[in-house]
Amino acid sequence: MNYYLLIPFLPLTAFLINILFGKKYVQERAHWVSILAVAGSWIVAVFTLLKVLKGETVNEDLYTWVLSGTFEVSVGFLIDQLTTVMLIVVTTCSTLIHIYSVGYMHGDKGYYRFFAYLSLFTFCMLMLVMANNFLQLYFGWEGVGLCSYFLIGYYFNKKSASDAGKKAFIVNRFGDFGFGLGIIVIFLTFGTIYYEPVFTQIGGVAAQTISFLGYEVNLATLIALLLFCGAIGKSAQMPLHVWLPDAMEGPTPVSALIHAATMVTAGVFLLARCSPIFSLSEPAMVVAALIGAITSIFAATIALVQNDIKRIIAYSTLSQLGYMFLACGVGAYTAGIFHLYTHAFFKALLFLCAGSVMHAMAGELDLQKMGGLKKYMPVTYATMFIASLSISGVPGLAGFFSKDEILWLAYAGPSPVGKFVWAIGTIVAFLTAFYSFRLIFLTFHGEFRGTQKQEHHLHESPKSMTVPLMLLTIGAVASGWVGIPNLLGEVIGIEHSNWFSGFMNPVLGHPEAHGTHAEEWMLMGISVLAGLGGIGLAAVFYLGRRSIPVLLAQKFGFIYRILWNKYYVDELYSHTIVRPTLWISQNILMGITDAKIIELIVNGVPRAIGGVSQHLRKVQTGLLQHYAAIMATGALIIGAWILLR
Amino acid sequence: MVPLNWYLMLSTVVFMIGVFGFLTRKNIIIMFISVELMLNAVNISLVSFSHFLQDLRGHILVFFIITVAAAEAAIGLALIIALFRNKTTAHVDEMTEMKG
Repeated sequence: MNYYLLIPFLPLTAFLINILFGKKYVQERAHWVSILAVAGSWIVAVFTLLKVLKGETVNEDLYTWVLSGTFEVSVGFLIDQLTTVMLIVVTTCSTLIHIYSVGYMHGDKGYYRFFAYLSLFTFCMLMLVMANNFLQLYFGWEGVGLCSYFLIGYYFNKKSASDAGKKAFIVNRFGDFGFGLGIIVIFLTFGTIYYEPVFTQIGGVAAQTISFLGYEVNLATLIALLLFCGAIGKSAQMPLHVWLPDAMEGPTPVSALIHAATMVTAGVFLLARCSPIFSLSEPAMVVAALIGAITSIFAATIALVQNDIKRIIAYSTLSQLGYMFLACGVGAYTAGIFHLYTHAFFKALLFLCAGSVMHAMAGELDLQKMGGLKKYMPVTYATMFIASLSISGVPGLAGFFSKDEILWLAYAGPSPVGKFVWAIGTIVAFLTAFYSFRLIFLTFHGEFRGTQKQEHHLHESPKSMTVPLMLLTIGAVASGWVGIPNLLGEVIGIEHSNWFSGFMNPVLGHPEAHGTHAEEWMLMGISVLAGLGGIGLAAVFYLGRRSIPVLLAQKFGFIYRILWNKYYVDELYSHTIVRPTLWISQNILMGITDAKIIELIVNGVPRAIGGVSQHLRKVQTGLLQHYAAIMATGALIIGAWILLR
Repeated sequence: MVPLNWYLMLSTVVFMIGVFGFLTRKNIIIMFISVELMLNAVNISLVSFSHFLQDLRGHILVFFIITVAAAEAAIGLALIIALFRNKTTAHVDEMTEMKG
């Protein structure tokens, strides 16, 4: 028995117990099963980390899953530095969010169901990151997508929630289609879909081209772009980002776990895992960097004007995921994974704080109806404030180190679009700080703007919710300390302070950077200034003169409306894709194919048989002698035929 | 010695009487008797062939047929009695339950 198998299979066991026995036997005790399982996974994951730190990586096949001709896939596990980081992120966030859910979901009708799905999600996510071949990765990939669908539509009797679930699932189909094709192309090229042989042989075939839709395409570029399709679907990048904001219909712990900390980062994980493929294709890298940069500024500008507390954080997630893609696109995979890791903590924390606020406000999400919550919920306020500082890139906190590293490597790296994406990244850093603190100031400062009944109801959340908040705060502050840039490390007297980069080196390599210390100091200064400037501007707007933002919204009404309506992307898709599809479905597929052709066959066959039978039944008179006469005639004919032949 | 053809003609005549009786008479008892006639017509031809071919197996087969026919007659009559009790008639035209 391999010890690491416990990591995915403990949550699977919890899922099975809860889903099979939850309704009748486990009921309100469902959280014990799930929390114990996921905490067990966490302990084993930490144990694994210690082993990997000693340099013991694992890559083995345990069980032949598919064997068909030359196609052979096993259930196999690859545990290296990259996997370990993901294991720690997933199990830590998952454990804390499970605990938080005890308080948040208390008294819900589907309590056991919620925990069963959370456990199933954890299992699938862990299988995804631990896979050693593309098919198992794909299994986990689809598994987390399925759980995401279950959990977004958790309040299934609410129409908007079930619609959002479907939207997430369908939008992901588009990306996963490309991903599936990518795996097929990999198999056709290499005859195997295991990471190791694929990554070692990719160099040999990188120069080959393949005919795709009539064009000669570079093989590495084709594979990279197809895999990238899957990544943008799962990580909600442009143009497949539309599902993520709607996914906020799910319960808040789900938003925190699936739609902020873990599942949506699977795309970044995929890019990092397939870095040997991406690195060989300059076009794919440029596409990744540009898509990441565009998504990040696109989402950040939308977040400026929204009023729904969870949606602001959702757009912030989009924007930060854009950062990670940007990092991978400029070749700074380590920085991308580092940002993934720090982001998981502060973004999960932001969501859980939002959940805590919702809990106090009895489900109210509108920022304009909050205000002054500081004195009612001090713990939530303090933790959310720190998380916002972290995401804004205030020096010393986790977000600062990862964001700074991305921006520096974008600027100094060899990527042809590096300077451009650096500029966008810096603007986004400013915007991020602005909207994060807009959220804080509108929620926690000033006067309460809701109804009296709501004000009466305000309270700090129970211990089971605030304790995970405090624990995550530690992550939001300290998780970045493993990757302090060497430049800063020298100042504070730690050698090789960018330990994280060294740790990931065996898997992701060392990113190239050409720049002087002076430049690095300058960039760091600019990004810190951008962050602090954003916070300052938000303070001026929302703590000082609240008339300024209103005035601006009036003066630039056109821009405001575009941002408020999220650049009309949903409307665009509705007109170009959803409605034509519906029209074709209703008028052609349903109206002609189904109603005319299929029904003709389905109804025609029994009708024809019935019609013939109506005539044939007349032969059956029920009179014995008629039968006998027919039989005698038949015998006569047969006899005659035999004799006279 | 009587030639084989005469036996066969007798057999045919008896068989045709049976067929004719079965097809034309409406009383179920008569029809049943007609069936027995057909059966025995076949027995006659079997025995005569057996005799002319000097092969005893035909005789043995006929004994078997007679035995089975006895059992069949008993069952057939029992069925007719059961039918008569239900219908209070032995007229076949009134028994049309199998009409399609």
